[in-house]
Amino acid sequence: MKQVNINVHQVTRVEGHGNIVLSARDGKIEEIRWEVTESPRLFEAMLRGRYYDDASHIASRICGICSIAHSTASIQATEAAFGIQPSEQTLLLRKLLYSAELLESHILHALFLVAPDFLGVGSVFPLVATHKDVVLMALRLKKLAYNLAELLAQRKTHPLSCLVGGFAKLPDLSELEAIRGRLEDALVDLDATVELFKTLSIPDFVRETEYIALKDPKEYAFISGEIASTDAGVTPVADYLEVTNEFCIPHSTAKYTRNKRDSYMVGALARFNINHDQLLPQARRAATELGLSAPCHNPFMITVAQVVETVHAIEDSINLIDQILARGLEEEKNLMKVRAGRGIGAVEAPRGILFHDYTYDENGVLTEANCVIPTNQNHNNIQKDMEALVPLILGESEDKIRLTLEMLVRAYDPCISCSAHALKVTFK
Amino acid sequence: MKPKVAFFDFTSCEGCQLDVLNLTGEEVLDLLNAVDIVNFREAKTEREDNYEIAFIEGSITRESEIPRLQKIREQAKVLVALGACACMGGINCLKNHLPMEEALRIVYGKDAKNYDTFPARPVDTVVSVDYYVRGCPPVTAELLKVIKALLLGKKPDIPNYPVCVECKMAGNVCVFERGMTCLGPVARAGCGAICVTGGRYCWGCRGLVDDPNIDSEKDILKKYGLTVEQVVEKFNIYNTYAEVTK
Repeated sequence: MKQVNINVHQVTRVEGHGNIVLSARDGKIEEIRWEVTESPRLFEAMLRGRYYDDASHIASRICGICSIAHSTASIQATEAAFGIQPSEQTLLLRKLLYSAELLESHILHALFLVAPDFLGVGSVFPLVATHKDVVLMALRLKKLAYNLAELLAQRKTHPLSCLVGGFAKLPDLSELEAIRGRLEDALVDLDATVELFKTLSIPDFVRETEYIALKDPKEYAFISGEIASTDAGVTPVADYLEVTNEFCIPHSTAKYTRNKRDSYMVGALARFNINHDQLLPQARRAATELGLSAPCHNPFMITVAQVVETVHAIEDSINLIDQILARGLEEEKNLMKVRAGRGIGAVEAPRGILFHDYTYDENGVLTEANCVIPTNQNHNNIQKDMEALVPLILGESEDKIRLTLEMLVRAYDPCISCSAHALKVTFK
Repeated sequence: MKPKVAFFDFTSCEGCQLDVLNLTGEEVLDLLNAVDIVNFREAKTEREDNYEIAFIEGSITRESEIPRLQKIREQAKVLVALGACACMGGINCLKNHLPMEEALRIVYGKDAKNYDTFPARPVDTVVSVDYYVRGCPPVTAELLKVIKALLLGKKPDIPNYPVCVECKMAGNVCVFERGMTCLGPVARAGCGAICVTGGRYCWGCRGLVDDPNIDSEKDILKKYGLTVEQVVEKFNIYNTYAEVTK
């Protein structure tokens, strides 16, 4: 009688705390559960009663990895509530800042958190001895992302200068020009990253689901557009609650979501499936080289989509800097005006679509705040993937099953601190 | 033998740990020459429990975190509080303004009863702390400085003067001159006044200097026609724990 008991308490190399529980007897699954155990953080309660000026400062602290995404969603929610239209200059700087975070987050995930699984080690640290070039390259790319963010907002973790209505401090044009050169150099590093990923054998597992991402007719969307679904077409951001349908479940401090099916996916692969024809040329080429073509229904390919998006982010950063250098930067007049109302900010965080929904009183004080986090939207899909994947691999050793399930969770790049609002596998 | 170092996260955004990875290649190689990182869940699968130095990120916000932290303290020869949440409760303490049932209800609605949490508190309310690396987020250079100091068994030289000193050195126009409130006159420096340099003001994420000149802060507020309430509102973003327990 083969019994399988897997209980992974606090999956490693993910942000935040989650468990995998799997129990199976004689090839029959008794229980499969993805549990989120992060301590409840209650940000929506913390935001209530705060003046608008502190909102993005507090919201960025929901997550250390995607603090620019939270900050931007927060700023856009406040701008929508107050009826403020940011200038073209502000939008260029915002997109550039956004690229910095995408680059950092994806590199961290692809090279530090995921690559060790494929190279047969438990962390990036042993790779210092065996794959020093890869480690140094990853650190170089991360440093570049940090420096780009520092140029625009003083720092990457909890950015400072990006505000409602514009930037409190403008970057120096000569420094932008200097970092442009480093971005060009980084494309060489990314060629090497693509080469590395070509050699990794990504598990072959397919489960079609609903994919949701922002869509903007003008560009591969990160901070603009409406909500697009592969099942349901386009929904205005204002109606996001009709798409997300959050609910609580007993073994999780994160809320779960569902739309047209039992679950849906957000993040790099969802964006790729929806917006692939808007990728910039080198990113498109990287996708072809890596064998990623839309529609792709293999969740293990999320990391590959991240590598493709990283190439896109660097190309886009170079384009944005060129536009900024061509037009110059000028101090702009303060657009700030406070009024009562509700506003919704939607952005594509590295891990997927993120909503901040704020209601202000006439003094600019928050009376309601609701944040719907990408990882929450993926939890249910992770669960459904596990239910489909486990029967296919139940014949393998417990170690192999455990590793495969951990790799599945890791592929989603879950950001559980955000979502609290992992992997426990028990085979009996 | 290189000392064994472990990183542990409690209730936090994990940004402090993430910034540990914000080092240049050279710095990482130097660090790994000096210490063995044996436990770092966010970056590493293997775990060893024979560490000597423990870094604690995050504040303590639920019952189950207390025995976990006590166990770490028993093992570690040196325990370092990393970041504002660990050092002083930090941003998590904002929820302490509300009764916990109310805060839970706002987030989880009718399911609130399923969630376990208590008012957020700093690490040193549960166990003793040997070193503090302050800030939200901490300054990476200061973290390296503390690591060097503790490896040598020395006390790191961390500023205990107000942010205003560094702000002047950075050549910034005073925030009060720009019509905003600022905690610079009483908040602990070490950050290089990065927030003011970035066009903002100081929220005091590194806590107060040991002997803050509160009267002088009040004089400044009076001079610029500002109120104590305006400062208190900024102040409680990071210092709510101290404020509520005063």
